[in-house]
Amino acid sequence: MMSAILDRNMTFGAGRERPAAAATPTDPVARPAPPSDRSGGAPPPDPGLWGRRMRHAATVVLPPVIVTAIFLFLWEMMTSSQGAVLPGPSQVITDTWELIIDPFYDYGGNDVGMAWQLLASLERVAYGYALAVVAGIGLGVLVGQSTWAMRGLDPLFQVLRTVPPLAWLPISLAAFQASNPSAIFVIFITAIWPIIINTSVGIRNISQDYVNVARVLRLNGFEYFTKIMLPAAAPYVFSGLRIGIGLAWLAIVAAEMLIGGVGIGFFIWDAWNASMLSDIVLALVYVGLVGFFLDRLVAIVGKWVTRGTQAG
Amino acid sequence: MTSYLSIEHIHKTFGEGPTASEVLRDVDLHVDRGEFISIIGHSGCGKSTVLNIVAGLLETSTGAVILDGKEVSKPGPDRSVVFQNHSLLPWLTVRDNVALAVDKTFKGTKSAAERREWVLQTLDMVGMSHALDKRPDEISGGMKQRVGIARALAMEPKVLLMDEPFGALDALTRAHLQDEVMRIQSELGNTVLMVTHDVDEAVLLSDRIVMMTNGPAATIGEILEIDLPKPRERLAMADNAQYNHYRAEVLRFLHERHKNPESEAA
Repeated sequence: MMSAILDRNMTFGAGRERPAAAATPTDPVARPAPPSDRSGGAPPPDPGLWGRRMRHAATVVLPPVIVTAIFLFLWEMMTSSQGAVLPGPSQVITDTWELIIDPFYDYGGNDVGMAWQLLASLERVAYGYALAVVAGIGLGVLVGQSTWAMRGLDPLFQVLRTVPPLAWLPISLAAFQASNPSAIFVIFITAIWPIIINTSVGIRNISQDYVNVARVLRLNGFEYFTKIMLPAAAPYVFSGLRIGIGLAWLAIVAAEMLIGGVGIGFFIWDAWNASMLSDIVLALVYVGLVGFFLDRLVAIVGKWVTRGTQAG
Repeated sequence: MTSYLSIEHIHKTFGEGPTASEVLRDVDLHVDRGEFISIIGHSGCGKSTVLNIVAGLLETSTGAVILDGKEVSKPGPDRSVVFQNHSLLPWLTVRDNVALAVDKTFKGTKSAAERREWVLQTLDMVGMSHALDKRPDEISGGMKQRVGIARALAMEPKVLLMDEPFGALDALTRAHLQDEVMRIQSELGNTVLMVTHDVDEAVLLSDRIVMMTNGPAATIGEILEIDLPKPRERLAMADNAQYNHYRAEVLRFLHERHKNPESEAA
């Protein structure tokens, strides 16, 4: 998908040196050709399967391709006039071609490839998010299980969770006296609330039937936790984890703008200071794609872990 | 009293103060070993409350339940429950659902291999050997209830408690499972306490039918002894005068003497 989009970008201008035909095989729009070729020759092995694939391509692949193409076209039109401040897609590709083709360069300091920038951000998110998952699920179980703990902690949670991520940064900088742990803390404190809240709701919503089963079987606390509570609450926990990873990725860009160093957030800020708007656009595309893949990743893991738990 | 299971004058009141509602008043029942008892009554008469008290899932307000000489006040593996909606754990396979109960109940007394064998044996008894590795959402409602019964039987309970076990099933599946329960009960000689609202089911399966009056403050209205030879054949029973007499007795109790409270209100 991504290569198709980039290839299409190429044909607007920056890729003139490449043969135009190179873009066609990856262009999904061109795909519906095969069946008409086949109809004249030998009978296809499974025309039903082919037909279904074509329909699938037409109904699922075609709409996003068309809309993306229109979007890029409008963007190009709107930015191609004289005096346009923002770069169009072709301008972005030309300006950032070096960055695109060599994501792994390392000239020392902050001057490293996009892949390193993204990996640095992902590493911070990984630490902060992992801490948030452990602490969030633990606190969620506590709040879900104990009414006393819920009454005590819920007001605190409800107030703290509305604090914007960046508002935590100065206090964490003061506490940690270092930028990297502070950024990790901001990720942690941003991602933890939906995890706590969803876990506790999942625990509270465990069906009385399962509780009764556990009581008849006389499961002890640990058995109840592993055999009933975790699997029963898993769908809720994973919706919390999914919201959490989204917020963590939102927060990292903002936090890194302030703390500096290697990372996609500071890359954007740096590009702004150097007036390299095309670099910013490219970074935004990468941030969006990485965020999308993180969300998908947690969704897929969640789907796999909670298989079977939805139906009863 | 030397009965196997004694329900001694239990009262149950939910809530306190002005909002308190008395559900059960002086329910007294004595069950012999190997007996099949049905509790029948209109919805809301507290028959499930009786069952839950015996299961230990609810506490009595006054009175006690004595099983095999010991008072019971909390749930235990000697009183396994077949729940109305099967209550299988959806994240475990058929085999693992039963194994959870078996492993928990026989951890100290049976080896791992014996426990595994016992799981297979009970699932074979309810005719579910073909679906060992399926999850509950992959099998039909009747099959789920079979697994629920296997899970309860696998614990070798002193009393098997069934809370409207076939209520959620279609008529044909229900009849089929009733036959299975009759067969298994005659093989194993379980003591069974079953809550139902199905008159035919009660007459066909039971040694005695406990008919409850309407709530609030429900109690046992009448106990009907079903003196029909076992095993009972569903088809033969349809023309059996004795059977139809019992059936009429229960219907008379439910529809003349203790009408459905909802129809009275209308």
